[in-house]
Amino acid sequence: MSWLVVAPVALPLAAAAIAFAASGRVALQRAVSTVASGALLVLSVLLLVEVSRSGVQVMQGGGWQAPFGVSLVADHLSAIMVAVGAAMAFAVAIYALRDIDPHRESLGYHPLFQVLLAGINGAFLTGDLFNLYVWFEVLLIASFVLLTLGNRRDQLEGGLKYVATNLVSSMLLLAAIGLTYGATGTLNMADLAGALREVPPELATALAMLFLIAFGIKAAVFPLFFWLPASYHTPPVSVSAIFAAMLTKVGVYALIRAFTLLFAHDVAYTHQVLLWIAGFTMVTGVLGAAAQNEFRKILSFHIVSQIGYMIMGLALATPLALAGAIYFVIHNIVAKGNLFLVSGLAQRVGGSFELAKLGGLYRHTPLLGVLFLIPAFSLGGFPPLSGFWAKLLVVLAGIEAQSYWIVAIALAVGLLTIYSMTKIWQAAFWSPLPEGRTLGPRPPWAMVAPVVGLAVLTLVLGIWIAPFFALMEAAATELLDPTVYVGAVLGDAAAAALEAVR
Amino acid sequence: MNSLILRTATSLLLAVLLLFSIFLLLRGHDLPGGGFIGGLVGAAAIALYALAFDAPRAERLLRASPRIVFGVGLCAAVAAGLAGGLASLDFLTGLWWIFDLGPFEVKLSTVLLFDVGVYLVVVGTILTMLFALEER
Repeated sequence: MSWLVVAPVALPLAAAAIAFAASGRVALQRAVSTVASGALLVLSVLLLVEVSRSGVQVMQGGGWQAPFGVSLVADHLSAIMVAVGAAMAFAVAIYALRDIDPHRESLGYHPLFQVLLAGINGAFLTGDLFNLYVWFEVLLIASFVLLTLGNRRDQLEGGLKYVATNLVSSMLLLAAIGLTYGATGTLNMADLAGALREVPPELATALAMLFLIAFGIKAAVFPLFFWLPASYHTPPVSVSAIFAAMLTKVGVYALIRAFTLLFAHDVAYTHQVLLWIAGFTMVTGVLGAAAQNEFRKILSFHIVSQIGYMIMGLALATPLALAGAIYFVIHNIVAKGNLFLVSGLAQRVGGSFELAKLGGLYRHTPLLGVLFLIPAFSLGGFPPLSGFWAKLLVVLAGIEAQSYWIVAIALAVGLLTIYSMTKIWQAAFWSPLPEGRTLGPRPPWAMVAPVVGLAVLTLVLGIWIAPFFALMEAAATELLDPTVYVGAVLGDAAAAALEAVR
Repeated sequence: MNSLILRTATSLLLAVLLLFSIFLLLRGHDLPGGGFIGGLVGAAAIALYALAFDAPRAERLLRASPRIVFGVGLCAAVAAGLAGGLASLDFLTGLWWIFDLGPFEVKLSTVLLFDVGVYLVVVGTILTMLFALEER
């Protein structure tokens, strides 16, 4: 069923089209957005099942065969990313029904959310480098509007930094794609896997570094992350939750794809650079977070620090490390997105995102405290939650590869993460309410339910890890042997040719 | 803008420009033209009308909010992509229906539907922006 491959792109796109055509009828838009997000989740899980049963799924757009047409490819990594993204999107879609104010809804929040999902899934599934750029643009344009929807002053300020840096990154990406096309004459990723081995290695390395910068800005790695903490705390919570969960992860996905399928010619150099970046990203992110006193700003800096762990897994490039990196991405999407949603609930009850103005939330709504603790402890790396396994896997891989300094950094950063999480817990939940502030009513169930769902997912990911780990391992094996991907897209002859030059 | 010359000229030009935009749209399959450029000309025609008279009148001429035009266009384009699936072909595969009417041969296709979608999206987007600026 190759149509499952295109469904995660076509469904949100169709939903966006219907919702745009229904502009002015907010009730209809809400229904379309919710139903489409639910259907997306079902179809994405079906796609993942199909991929894990019968291998890489491919669809050639318009029936034009690769490398001339545009392929959509779902291997394990793509299918996993799409499925977890869909789970997050469904949770946010439900949360947004109560969170987004009528003014923003009338300006088109729901169709834009669907466009964003189409862009994210398109980037995960495309098998063509130029199309990757196009899907990045689709999701960026949607995110520009979502970020500034409502026109508040701080939103525009954060939005400007976000737009400026991301445009620079898009320009670099386009330049890198143009140069790649000039050097190889193809942009189909499966075709490039072979073609890039025939260009001079120093040229391939130069291209790799250009892609590293372009994708690195989008993934918010050191030193190109500053746009993220400047903007993610400004939009409504639903928007910052889906951004925090998915957008940087699309960058990480692109990095993983580029540095396994395309640029594996000089691992000693390129992946050493990645390892340094990983270390710096972890440290600067967590130190930035320690200096913050606003709920969502702390979480934003932690996104940066956690990206470092994922890059570390990619840089080590062993099967265990890659499986760990992918598991880390999955864990982080669920836990980080959920923490942002919890910050919104805390703001509803306590009236502020400033830690100094919050307090007494645990006494007021014990459930809220529990719902914060699960993703926060998971992020900090407490067993048996998902974050523990994620860190364990990359750290084990680091020890195996004898990169002890990066292991030391990863462990120290883990401790500092716990410090930040306890700081939020202490200030917002545990300590008494500051003088002169009152707490509002408990948050509505429609907003609590998605948070509960994601918390359960974090628990399941941690406690019942075996089947998930098997999936991640399959994904890692596939990534380290590009002939599987190439064979599925271009046929066995091309895979054999690649095997011969490898 | 209150100019008798512009208004008189616009009433004449509007029909010509709209016809030309549809000509470009239909010509686009094998020759220069297509939904995008046709949509630009169509939007320019209505923009000219909005300049000569005013934005609310131009919106009445369009008979729907430009946002809805945009949405309908996007629906048409997505439907054209999905149509391939009904014939159990790949996404975006073009389906063709050719009618032989004696002297003429009429070719209808999902490719045309896609291009009509692009046309409407372009008209809708440009007019949404233009009307928003006119209101200021």
